[in-house]
Amino acid sequence: MAEFRMPSLGADMKAGTLVAWRVKPGDRVKRGDIIAEVETEKGLVEVEVFEEGVVDQIFVQSGEKVPVGTVLAMIRPEGMPAASAPPEVPQAAVKEHVPAEAGPEVKPGLEVSHLPGQPPERRIRVSPLARKLAAELGIDLSTVQGTGPMGAIERADVERAAAKRLAEKAPTPSVSEKPVPPTMEKPAATEFQIGMRRAIAAAMSRSNREIPHYYLETRIDMSRALRWLEAENQRRSIKERLLPAVLLIKAVARALGEVPELNGYWIDDRLQPQEAIHIGFAISLRQGGLVVPAIHHVDLKSLDELMEALRDLITRVRAGRLRSSEMTDATITVTNLGDLGVEKVFGVIYPPQVALVGFGKITEQPWAENGMIGIRPVLTATLAADHRATDGHQGGRFLEALNRYLQEAAKL
Amino acid sequence: MKENPQMIRLTYREAVREAIREALRKDDRVFLMGEDVGRYGGCFAVSKGLLQEFGPERIRDTPLSESAFVGAGIGAAMGGMRPIVEIMTVNFSLLAADQILNNAATILHMSGGQFNIPLVIRMATGGGRQVAAQHSHSLEGWYAHIPGIKVLTPATLEDARGMLWTALEDPDPVLIFENSNLYNMEGQLPADAGPVDIDRARVRRPGSDVTIITYSASLFKALDAAEILAREGIDAEVIDLRTLRPLDQETFLASVTKTHRAVIVDEGWRSGSISAEIAARIMEGAFYELDAPVERICSVEVPMPYAKHLEQAALPQTETIVTTIKRMMHS
Amino acid sequence: MTEAQIKETIFKVLGRIAPEAQLDKLALNDNLRETLDIDSFDYLQFLIGLNEELGVEIPEADYGQLTTLADLIRYLSARVR
Repeated sequence: MAEFRMPSLGADMKAGTLVAWRVKPGDRVKRGDIIAEVETEKGLVEVEVFEEGVVDQIFVQSGEKVPVGTVLAMIRPEGMPAASAPPEVPQAAVKEHVPAEAGPEVKPGLEVSHLPGQPPERRIRVSPLARKLAAELGIDLSTVQGTGPMGAIERADVERAAAKRLAEKAPTPSVSEKPVPPTMEKPAATEFQIGMRRAIAAAMSRSNREIPHYYLETRIDMSRALRWLEAENQRRSIKERLLPAVLLIKAVARALGEVPELNGYWIDDRLQPQEAIHIGFAISLRQGGLVVPAIHHVDLKSLDELMEALRDLITRVRAGRLRSSEMTDATITVTNLGDLGVEKVFGVIYPPQVALVGFGKITEQPWAENGMIGIRPVLTATLAADHRATDGHQGGRFLEALNRYLQEAAKL
Repeated sequence: MKENPQMIRLTYREAVREAIREALRKDDRVFLMGEDVGRYGGCFAVSKGLLQEFGPERIRDTPLSESAFVGAGIGAAMGGMRPIVEIMTVNFSLLAADQILNNAATILHMSGGQFNIPLVIRMATGGGRQVAAQHSHSLEGWYAHIPGIKVLTPATLEDARGMLWTALEDPDPVLIFENSNLYNMEGQLPADAGPVDIDRARVRRPGSDVTIITYSASLFKALDAAEILAREGIDAEVIDLRTLRPLDQETFLASVTKTHRAVIVDEGWRSGSISAEIAARIMEGAFYELDAPVERICSVEVPMPYAKHLEQAALPQTETIVTTIKRMMHS
Repeated sequence: MTEAQIKETIFKVLGRIAPEAQLDKLALNDNLRETLDIDSFDYLQFLIGLNEELGVEIPEADYGQLTTLADLIRYLSARVR
């Protein structure tokens, strides 16, 4: 098996971005074939292969930037059984228990290295400490997202996964269940709190250590939005009523449509904007701590769907029934502390996200407009953003757009 | 804090000289022998003035033959003396390698425990002074391979002053490597500074994020790097090994267990080096504590260049330590 | 429906919305939301729950009158059939 590595395309080249693969696992290649395109500081380069054989596994996906020497793919000699069973090869479905790419001349004995009936897995990179910790905490490493070099799972990743699991299992006995004696419940809640506190500590310490935050704030006149909401709610039965937070979340999604750089992740020294807008909504737990589950595709949901999604989410948070995708998918966070009478939120970004939008309480304040002073319900919206990913100009554009959308609630 | 901290200002060179002077005064079996140690005062001026003070019997110039005078030292030690043999630089010690390895290190064993060799050999080591490949290598890691001897690498004034007497009291051969870049280093030392232990590493700077394991002159590059990293929020612990044989692995394993990341800074070449040994011990003793691969910063594997810019490029530097650790912490 | 029954219903719904809240600590004149740390979502859920149990529709405009347990009992007693 030969390794196909990120080539050095010039003495000063340290890393390259894999732009596109011209081959897929299972393809035959011969010496001199162009099999990948790599972007360097000097431009786009077509990369040739110097081995003959069959593309076995591809490790680096297009868009990833990796150091020179990183193994991009494995090329196996023709006839050698595949180390991975590429799902796109149709034969795989037919011969279920045989490695899919086994050529005809393969002797049965060669297959012994694979466990029968079990497709060989791609090896997960895990630091020894992370592996030990995962075993102690009972975390399945295949469910953990690694943030180390080449996706390696490190201690912090396992701790995050453990915290998420804890959050999913938030101990909230439902009414129908037998009441637990109070002496039993106390320590369980405490252990839960310790775990969650530790996870929050890890994420927030990393955030403050690594992310150069910048903060912007703006005051938003909410009179139009609240008037619209009041009229709307008057027409609705109690079960269909909307809360102001729904307007805020939707307006954030609309504004992100205009400033997509705030919606995404900072990974591998670059901003990776995300197309889908999944808003993590911070929900504090009465027993302490908070969870930030994602509301998926906020931009595509109507206000009613959003209210329903939020209701469902909060109910499940209280009942400790979150889904893993909700714990991992958020592309930005919204914190609404208005219920507590807080005026302004100075948020700490949840890495690897690049922004957090904070909302305070809507309070009546003097407001000057067109040379007149009046009393308006005013909301202070803040943005904490990662200065590596964006600059104040983009942040300002976002808050401006947010304000604009909130002036036309009917169109949200 | 000592009650009466009467501090004196001195150089590393003077600290070594004071150590030799103290030994010559305390024990009349002690004598110093080597090329140019007498009339010339030592090629690094360490023994300047000692000939006048102690006379030619005890400060002995030798012919230009490392094998002969190290061998003479071994014989003197067997005969009951406590010789301090100075070899100009570690490169030239190879001319006496036979004496050191085949005699000094083995006689106790081969004589069935009859003869100890209480010999101390001092020599200069290290690059960075533009004296080219025949004077600038760091081979102390090589000597750390040999059972039967101890290998000391004093970095601080305290150790330069204090290790010699403890080495002389040791019944077996002890090699002391003085990095020639340190001779002019100046600092404070208590006037009554005396012997120190020679078997434990020291944490020179406590930290929690990553452990830098180093020794000799690289210690100061590591400490500088730790200061730079601290400004960026990375808290590095710096360990001075002090002694390469026997290796105090307890200290660095405890540190790695705490920080979960290790970088070894070694002025020797990378292949088959003491840094390789330390990395292996971490793997053996703290594998499940590691959150990242152990990294090494060593000299480039070339004969030490003469040209200043090339020589600096070949040696481990503060900047390399900083960038390596930042990469490890992905910050 | 007696006031005691209404209070019992209120506690039942609260228990569902905020199971961790210690309802026995709630005095008649305490601010309900502050004492039990009920946010606006939970409060809306609470009112929906009361609507389901008692059939009383509480318009948004009346939220301001319903600060304490005593307020609620009074308000609901007047409207429950």
